[in-house]
Amino acid sequence: MSAAAPILAVERLSMRFGGLVAVDELSFSAQRGQITALIGPNGAGKTTVFNCITGFYKPSAGMIRLAHPDDRIFLLERLLDFRIAKVARVARTFQNIRLFPGMTALENLVVAQHNVLMAASGFTFAGLLGLRTYRTAERAALDQARYWLDRTGLTARADDAAGSLAYGEQRRLEIARAMCTEPVLLCLDEPAAGLNARESGELNDLLQFIRREHKTSILLIEHDMSVVMEISDHIVVLDYGVKIADGPPQVIRNDPKVIAAYLGVEDEEVEKVEAEVGL
Amino acid sequence: MPRAVDSMRLPLAAALKDAVFAALIAFGLFFFLIGLRTEQGPTGALQITTRLPALAMLVGAAFAGSFLRALLFGREPIRLGRTLPPALTRIAERAGRYAGLALLAFALLVPVLFYHDRYLLDLGIMVLTYVMLGWGLNIVVGLAGLLDLGYVAFYAVGAYSYALLATTFGLSFWICLPLAGILASFWGVILGFPVLRLRGDYLAIVTLAFGEIIRLILLNWQSFTGGPNGVSSIPRPSFFGLPFVDEAGGFASTFGFAYSPTHRVVFLFYLILALALVTNWVTIRLRRLPIGRAWEALREDEIACRSLGINTTTTKLTAFAMGAMFGGFAGSFFATRQGFISPESFTFGESALVLAIVVLGGMGSQLGVAVAAFAMLGGFELFRELDQYRMLVFGFAMVAIMIWRPRGLIATREPSVYLGERKAVAGTLVQQGRA
Repeated sequence: MSAAAPILAVERLSMRFGGLVAVDELSFSAQRGQITALIGPNGAGKTTVFNCITGFYKPSAGMIRLAHPDDRIFLLERLLDFRIAKVARVARTFQNIRLFPGMTALENLVVAQHNVLMAASGFTFAGLLGLRTYRTAERAALDQARYWLDRTGLTARADDAAGSLAYGEQRRLEIARAMCTEPVLLCLDEPAAGLNARESGELNDLLQFIRREHKTSILLIEHDMSVVMEISDHIVVLDYGVKIADGPPQVIRNDPKVIAAYLGVEDEEVEKVEAEVGL
Repeated sequence: MPRAVDSMRLPLAAALKDAVFAALIAFGLFFFLIGLRTEQGPTGALQITTRLPALAMLVGAAFAGSFLRALLFGREPIRLGRTLPPALTRIAERAGRYAGLALLAFALLVPVLFYHDRYLLDLGIMVLTYVMLGWGLNIVVGLAGLLDLGYVAFYAVGAYSYALLATTFGLSFWICLPLAGILASFWGVILGFPVLRLRGDYLAIVTLAFGEIIRLILLNWQSFTGGPNGVSSIPRPSFFGLPFVDEAGGFASTFGFAYSPTHRVVFLFYLILALALVTNWVTIRLRRLPIGRAWEALREDEIACRSLGINTTTTKLTAFAMGAMFGGFAGSFFATRQGFISPESFTFGESALVLAIVVLGGMGSQLGVAVAAFAMLGGFELFRELDQYRMLVFGFAMVAIMIWRPRGLIATREPSVYLGERKAVAGTLVQQGRA
C-alpha cells in the first residue's frame, strides 16, 4: 500500500443543471489517510461535488474512482446513493444537519449500523424469534454507538432526542453517526459552520483523532479557515465550478488566485490577476 | 412592555368589530345552508321556504361567541392545554403506564362479564377489528410515515381472498388466513412500487385512488367476485375443526355443553383479540429490530437514510407489505364473521375511519391507537340515540382533540433502545413523514 495511492480520484467531473454548469471538468484526488479540504467562495460548486461523490446527483460527465485498502475499485458515478454508503463505504454529513430528530442520539447511531444489524437479524426473521446471533450483534452495535458517544462527548445525552440537542452537539452527533457506518472515506459538508472557537477546536481534535486512530480518509468542505489551514493535508480550491488551485495549505494560503477569488481585487489589479489566472 | 399585555384583551370597539365580522361570515355561510330550504309543495313542485328564526339564532350565537372570545382572550389562540394543572398531567402519565395492561385484562374479561349481552359482544368484536386495522395501518403511517388513504383495499383483498378460496376450494379458515395475508401483502408491494418516489400529499392521492380501484374491480368483475351481489354463504369459523352447530360432532356436544349460539360469538371475540395481539406483538418486536428502526428513520429523514446505506426502496415496500398483511388478516376475519361480503363494506369511509383512529391515537403509539379505536367506535354506539346529532358530537370531540392534543392522544414516542434512563421523546420533535 503505497502512500501515493489516492483513495479518491475525481476525473473530469462535470455537473450541469439545464444551462447552468455547476462543476466543469473538475479533476482532483484525495490521498489515503489524509484530510483533503475542498474550499471556495459561496456557490463555487463544492456541495455539488459532494453530492456527485455520494451519489445524490448523477454527474453529467466524468469519473469518480474510489480505491479500498484491499485494492477493490469502485466507480461511484455508477452506483446508487445508498449503495455508495453500503458497499463503497463512503459516509457523509450535511450542510444543514440531517439527523433523525425524533429518535434519541443512541438510536441515531444504531440506525447507522442498519446493514450490519439487518444481516445479523437474518433479514428480520431471526431477529423476530430473538435468536442469539442477533442479540450479540445488537450488543456490539450498542458498544460501537457508546464508543462514538464517548468520543464526541455525548454520552450524557445518549437518551435525549437528537432534535433536542444543542447545535454543536447535533453537528458532533452527525459525525458520530457517519462514523458508525465504518466508512473508508468520510465526507463532511461544513462541519464547523455555526460553531464557536472552542467547539471548532474540539472538532479539529475529533477529525485528527478519526484520521489517526481509524485510518479514515476525510474529505472536507469548510469555510472556517482556522479549521482548514490547521488540519488539512491538501487543499483543493474551487471557483465557479472550476479548480483554481490545488496543493498543501502553506501554498494555498499565498496563492494570488485564491486570494483574488475570496477577497476580490482592486480595479487596477483586475487585468494583472486575469492575466495570471489565464483569462 | 404594556403593548404585549394589551394585545391579550381587545378594547370594546375592536371586539365589536371582530364580532360583526364573525357574524357576517356566519350569515354568508348559513343563509343558504340554514336560512333557505326547499320542500315539495302540494303540486309536487319544489318550493322555497325560509327559516329566518333559526338563521338569526345561529348568526347571533356566532356574534356573541366571537364577542366574548375577543373580550376574554383577544386574538391569541386559546390555549386550554395550559390550564391543565401539572399534577393532573403527572397522574395521567402514571396511569398511562398501567393503562395497557388494564385494557388487556378488560378485553380478556369482556366475554365473561357480558356473556348474555349479544349486542355488547358484537360491538367488542367490531372495536377489536378496528384496533387491529389501526395497528396495521400504524406500521405504514405511524412508523414509516407514509400517508396511506387506501388501506381498506388490503382489508378487501383479505376478505375476498378468504371468501373466494373458502367458497371455491373449500379451504378452511386457518389455511386461508395466512394465504389472505400473503395476497394482501403482495398487493401492498404492487401498490408500493409506483408510489416509491412520492411523499405526503401526493402519496395520499395515489393510495386513495388505489383503494377505489380495488373497490371498482370488485364491483365490476362480475364473474369472479360476484359484483355488487358480493360473496355469500362464506363458511363460518370452526373451533379447530369443530363447527358451532347444535348437532353431534359440534363444539358444544364434544365438550359436553348445552348448545348456545353465543359460543360462536365468544370464539370470534377471542379470535380477533388474538389476531390483534399478534399484530401488536409483531409491531413492538419490529420496532426494536433494524427494519423497524429503518422505518422510523425513513419517517424522520429519507435522505439521511440513504446517506447511511439504507435501501429506502425495500424499506418502504416492507412497510407497505407488513401493514397490508395485517389488513388482510383482519379482512379474512371480517369475511368469516359476516358470512357475506360485498364491495359496499370497503368504501373510502372505512379507510378514513381507520386513519382517523391512527391520527387520533397519536401516530406510532400502540396504546393510543387502541384507546382511539375504543373511544371512536364506542362513542359512535353511545351516541346512537342522538341520531342525526351524532355527527355533531363527533365533530365537537374532534375539535376538542385538535385544541388539546393536536398530535393525538399519546403524542410522545418511546425510544426503542436506551443506555441509562428511558425518556419519552416529545411529540413535537417527531417528524410526520411529510418532508
